[in-house]
Amino acid sequence: MPAGLFHENYRNDERIFQTCFVKAWLIAFLIACALFPLIGSKYMISIMTEVGIAIIACHGLNILTGFTGQISLGHAAFVGVGAYTCSILIGQGAPFIIALPMAGAMAALVGMIFGIPSLRLRGLYLAIATIAAQFIIEFTIRRWDSLTGGVEGMYVEPGTLGPFHFDNRLQLYYLTFVLAVAATIVIKNIVRARSGRAFVAIRDRYLAAEVIGVHVFKYRLMSFAVSSFFAGIAGALLAQYLEVITHESFTIHQSIDYLAMCIIGGLGHVLGGIYGVGFWFILERILEVVTTNLNTAFPDHITWFVSIKEIVFGCVIVLFLIFEPDGLAARWRTIRAYWKLWPFSY
Amino acid sequence: MDSEKIIEIEDLSLAFGGIQALNGISTRLMKGELSAIIGPNGAGKTCLLNCISRFYTPQKGRVIYKGDDITHLPTHAIAKLGIARTFQNIELFKGMTVLDNIKLGRHTFLKSGIFSDIIYYGRTIREELKLRKEIEEKIIDLLEIEAIRKQVVGTLPYGFQKRVELARALAMRPEVLLLDEPMAGMNLEETEDMARFILNVNSMWGVSIILVEHDMGVVMDISDHVCVLEFGRKIAEGPPADIQKHPQVIRAYLGEDQKTHSRL
Repeated sequence: MPAGLFHENYRNDERIFQTCFVKAWLIAFLIACALFPLIGSKYMISIMTEVGIAIIACHGLNILTGFTGQISLGHAAFVGVGAYTCSILIGQGAPFIIALPMAGAMAALVGMIFGIPSLRLRGLYLAIATIAAQFIIEFTIRRWDSLTGGVEGMYVEPGTLGPFHFDNRLQLYYLTFVLAVAATIVIKNIVRARSGRAFVAIRDRYLAAEVIGVHVFKYRLMSFAVSSFFAGIAGALLAQYLEVITHESFTIHQSIDYLAMCIIGGLGHVLGGIYGVGFWFILERILEVVTTNLNTAFPDHITWFVSIKEIVFGCVIVLFLIFEPDGLAARWRTIRAYWKLWPFSY
Repeated sequence: MDSEKIIEIEDLSLAFGGIQALNGISTRLMKGELSAIIGPNGAGKTCLLNCISRFYTPQKGRVIYKGDDITHLPTHAIAKLGIARTFQNIELFKGMTVLDNIKLGRHTFLKSGIFSDIIYYGRTIREELKLRKEIEEKIIDLLEIEAIRKQVVGTLPYGFQKRVELARALAMRPEVLLLDEPMAGMNLEETEDMARFILNVNSMWGVSIILVEHDMGVVMDISDHVCVLEFGRKIAEGPPADIQKHPQVIRAYLGEDQKTHSRL
C-alpha cells in the first residue's frame, strides 16, 4: 500500500485501483491499445488480434489451473469446441451476437463434462484425464465429417454485428480488444468475490475448504465451466481470425503453449495471462527475426536453425520454473515494492 | 447455565483396519459450555473431532446436534449447521491474505452466485461490504490482528496463523466451536492471549466450545467440563476438580507411582 493512503470506509478499501496514479496509467494503456491500429501495420494488427485471443484463452486457463489448481492439458480442445460451435451456427444462419455466447456456453458444457473426473482425480492424474479430453475432442472434430468438415476443415463465414463485419481485420481487432478487456474485468471480479475465494481455497487446502462449507465438487465443475467459457469465446474469435479452421489449430501442442504462457505470466495472478501472452509473442517475434537473419547469414546451414524457436521456448519455461515459479506478475510486484520505498528501504 | 444438550455423542466407534481408534465413546456438550477433551497421544481426541466435523464416518454410533442425527451428512453441510473448527496442524489457505481467509469462513452463508460475482454488482457488492464490516469490527478487533489483515497468511509467524484460523472459524458465526490444540507450540504469553480469546468467545458470543488441548494448566483453568480419553475409550468425565483427583486419569497420564509430582 502506498504511503499516505488512508481509507475512511470499507468501500474505498475494496476498490481495485487505489490511487489516481494507477488509474491514469491504465487509461493511458487502454487508449494506446485503442489508437494502435492508426500507426500499426496490417501485420501488426493481426498479431495484436492473436494476442488478444490468446489473452482471453489464457485468462480461462488461469482460472482453472492458476486459481483452482486443476492442471488442464486440454484447453486448446475447448477453444476448438468454441471455434466450431460459432462457425457452424453462423453457417446455419444464426446471427453472430447469438453464435458468440453460444460458443462459450457449448465449450462450458463440454468442459463441465470433462471436469467430472475432478471429483476423484487431482494433480497429475487429472492432467492425464484432461489429455483424454484433448484427444477425444480432436478425434471427434476429425471424424465427424458432416458437421465439422473432417480433416479438410471448414470455411468460416464472417460474423456481422450491426454495421461491423469481422472479415475486416481492423474491426476484428477492436472486437477482440473489447472482449479481452471484459475478460480481464470478469476474472478480477470473480477472484475478489465469493466464488473466486472458494476456487483459491480448493487450490490451497481442499479439505479445509470442505470444512468451512465449500462444496468442493460443485466449485471444481464451476471452475471448469468458467474456464471453458473463456476458451469458447477465444475459439469463436480465433475462427473469425483464421477464416479456415481445421483440427490442427487445436492440438495438444497448443494446449501446452497456453499452459506455458500462464506459467510465464504467473499462475494465480489476474494479470498473469496478459504478461505471459505478451512475453510469449514478443519472444516469438524476436526469434523470427533472429532465425531469418541467421538463415540469410548462413544459407548453407538452414536446417540448423529450424528448431531454434522450440529450444528457446523450452529453455525459457525451465528458467521460469526455476527462478520465478510465480511468473512475471510476481516479479513485477517485487520490482514495484522495491521502487516504492527507494532509496529508503525501510 | 442452560442445561440443554447441543451435541450428543452416542456410543461412537471408529476403526482403521485393525486399529480401534474410538471405542464406544459417549459424551455430550451443553449449550454455552466450554468442554475439554484430554488424553495421551493417540487416545483418539482428534478422531472424535473429525467424526463430529464429518471427516471420518464412524462404523457405529451417532452424533446428534440439536436433536438431529448428523452422522451421515456430507462434510460441507456441517458448516451450515453452525459447527466450526480449527485444526491441530494449521489448515489455512496459505496463498491468500488474512482478510480473504476470514471472509472464506462465511462462504456458506453468502448468497451471491457466480453470475453476480462476474459483474461485481448488486448482491455481491452489498454482501461483500457488509461482510467486511462485520469481520473488521467483530472478529479482527476481538482477536487483535488488525496489523496483519492484508498480509499473505503463508508468511505469518505460527502464533498469528493460529489466531487467523480461529478468526476464520468465528466468521462462520458458529454455535459450536471445535478447537484442536489451539495452544500447541505457543509460548506463555501467546497461550494466555489465546485462552483469553477463547473465554471471550465463550462468554460474549455464547458459543459452546469443545477444546482438545495438552496444556493441563489451561484446560483445568478455563473449562467447565473435562472428558478424558485413553486408547479410544472414555475413562473419566466431569468437572475439572474431580478429574484432577480421578485415580485412573492420574494413572493414564503419570503411571502408577508418581502421584506426588502430578501436574494435574
